Amino acid sequence: MSTDGSDAPRRPKLAVWKFASCDGCQLSLLDCEDELLDVVGAVEIAYFLEATRATVPGPYDVSLVEGSITTAHDLKRLQKIRRQSKVLVTIGACATSGGIQALKSMADTEDYIRAVYARPDFIKTLDTSTPIAHHVPVDVELRGCPIDRGQLLHVLTALIQGRQPRLPNYSQCVECKRAGTVCVMVAKGEPCLGPVTQAGCGNLCPRVGRGCYGCFGPAEGVNTRALAGHLRAGPAQGGSGLDGPATRHLFHTFNANAPGFREEGQRHG
Amino acid sequence: MAKAAGATRRIKVENLARVEGEGALSVRIRDGQLKNVAFTIHEPPRFFEALLRGRPYSDAPDITARICGICPVAYLLGASLAMEDALGLSVSADMRRLRRLIYCGEWIESHVLHIAMLHAPDFLGYEDSIRMAQDHPEIVKTALRLKKLGNHILEVIGGRAIHPVNLRVGGVWRSPSRDEVLALRAELDWALEAARGLVGFTATLPMPAVERDYLFVALHTDDHYAVCEGRIVSSDGLDVPVQAFHDHFSEDHQKNSNALVGATRDGRTYHVGPLARYALNFDQLAPEARAAAQAAGLGRVVRNPFQSIIVRAVETLQAVIDARALVDAYAAPDPPHPEIPPRAGTGHGATEAPRGLCHHAYTLDDTGHITHACIVPPTAQNQRSIGEDLWDVVAAHIEADDARLKWVCEQAIRNYDPCISCATHFLTLEVDRA
Repeated sequence: MSTDGSDAPRRPKLAVWKFASCDGCQLSLLDCEDELLDVVGAVEIAYFLEATRATVPGPYDVSLVEGSITTAHDLKRLQKIRRQSKVLVTIGACATSGGIQALKSMADTEDYIRAVYARPDFIKTLDTSTPIAHHVPVDVELRGCPIDRGQLLHVLTALIQGRQPRLPNYSQCVECKRAGTVCVMVAKGEPCLGPVTQAGCGNLCPRVGRGCYGCFGPAEGVNTRALAGHLRAGPAQGGSGLDGPATRHLFHTFNANAPGFREEGQRHG
Repeated sequence: MAKAAGATRRIKVENLARVEGEGALSVRIRDGQLKNVAFTIHEPPRFFEALLRGRPYSDAPDITARICGICPVAYLLGASLAMEDALGLSVSADMRRLRRLIYCGEWIESHVLHIAMLHAPDFLGYEDSIRMAQDHPEIVKTALRLKKLGNHILEVIGGRAIHPVNLRVGGVWRSPSRDEVLALRAELDWALEAARGLVGFTATLPMPAVERDYLFVALHTDDHYAVCEGRIVSSDGLDVPVQAFHDHFSEDHQKNSNALVGATRDGRTYHVGPLARYALNFDQLAPEARAAAQAAGLGRVVRNPFQSIIVRAVETLQAVIDARALVDAYAAPDPPHPEIPPRAGTGHGATEAPRGLCHHAYTLDDTGHITHACIVPPTAQNQRSIGEDLWDVVAAHIEADDARLKWVCEQAIRNYDPCISCATHFLTLEVDRA
């Protein structure tokens, strides 16, 4: 007996797409062990290669897009996905900012080629790694390297029910204060991107005595320049005493290409 | 199926499903004769080794973790071990046990994901585990609970299941308390029976009959089933420290693949992963794991690549047994990490990622910044072995219709739990100047 009788409401079609990435963000969906069977009951998995070889042609109600655009072929593929998708959600730092591989956009390309090329004639890639929103309109953006699976479930549930998802746009500092996590910058002088990084991970790093390394990218309207001044100031001034390159490296990791982090890093060594 | 004389059959899988990353397969058969099999990797290159240059040694674990979201601990620990080798650091026995415990979590999470969600559906004729769950709900539910336990171990020690934040060169940022670690024990007790059941389930799966003569390579240590320490050994008698890896193994770049392809220095194909570990470290398996393997019909060496699913289940049981013992013996490392003065040097580190041996090598300048990085992940080493398996698998199924042949080829590739994102991290870019 089919459970998809004509009286039953049509289940929304969910597609999951991958570009240049580590697969960790789409794995977050399979990591929702307690909710997975309910989620797949509430939607029709129309395209999710990491989980199934069965595919259903578009259009799709919700497309989750992981990864950054690094090849001309992928750009064409993305444009087709956008045309077929009612709602497009980018998941993770690669999709929302270009990811760690965006560092290649800032490097001396000739130097990269000389240093590591095995057989250049076998490989085709662009010299940039760009976020999805550079190329097509994006409806919802899920930050993180990786994304938080609680946020993923929140967004999926909201979209299935036709609500607008609500995601924090404030900084990690707010999350630390709410959780009562001791400030690693104040207590230990630990370099921390928390003041300029969007909340959402659950202040994971400060909870283990480590400074935030910016997985979730810049929060809205933050002052990266003031933070950089503090990072570079000596311990006597209450700073972390970082030199130029160390400051640049801190801003230039998994969201190196995000507006704010990119420019701030470039100001230092 | 009727075949006209002179007919050419082409089987193509443009986007392999239920693997991690992007790969493709093409098979060409002419006049009933197999002419060509090509397994290619078209994951876009992300060239980690290039972007690591100039970064401080302390960045390598977190950056290389982003090579793979399924086995980040393999990278966090491989990079840390290599840096400790370069910096002349040794870590305490307590820390080595803590590292093995979090790695057990990764083995459980990754193996169970592969066994139940990605591979078992091939054997039972399902497109995916969601469809399989309708007929075998208990298997899938038990697997999800086991996988959750693996992830929970990663969270308790690492702070997060995917890309844990608490691991670093020299140890951890914060040592978990004994109470936090002991709280894992109750679920591990449940997992013992569940993992045994998983071995039993995999033993009932119908196995295509293919036997291959592999050259196995894995880490080995006498006192436990090697995970993140030991020497590199092979089934033809090699026994060398991890520092000698590049003296014995090399990589080539082949056309149509964005990954390098591993071989021994004298040009032979070799095989890393569960089958290699099982054959080379059988004596180090716990008695209960050996008994489960025997009950599942396995000998001391398994050469049928399809039986890797059973070996993965045996290793899941082994990881549960090890994790229980490590939890019981846990003493919080103090200090969580030493002070580390930078110095110039070269270091090597190797661990057994769920998919097989993963080797890191770095050179540092006297300020501790990286001047050279080389990472050899398991799927790159297995790429030739995958290709050779496919020849035998296609030859054994040449009378099958196209749909069946395609199915069994995909299943054969999944024997390796291929991590294509890993295999592709190397390559470097070509600038499209047009």
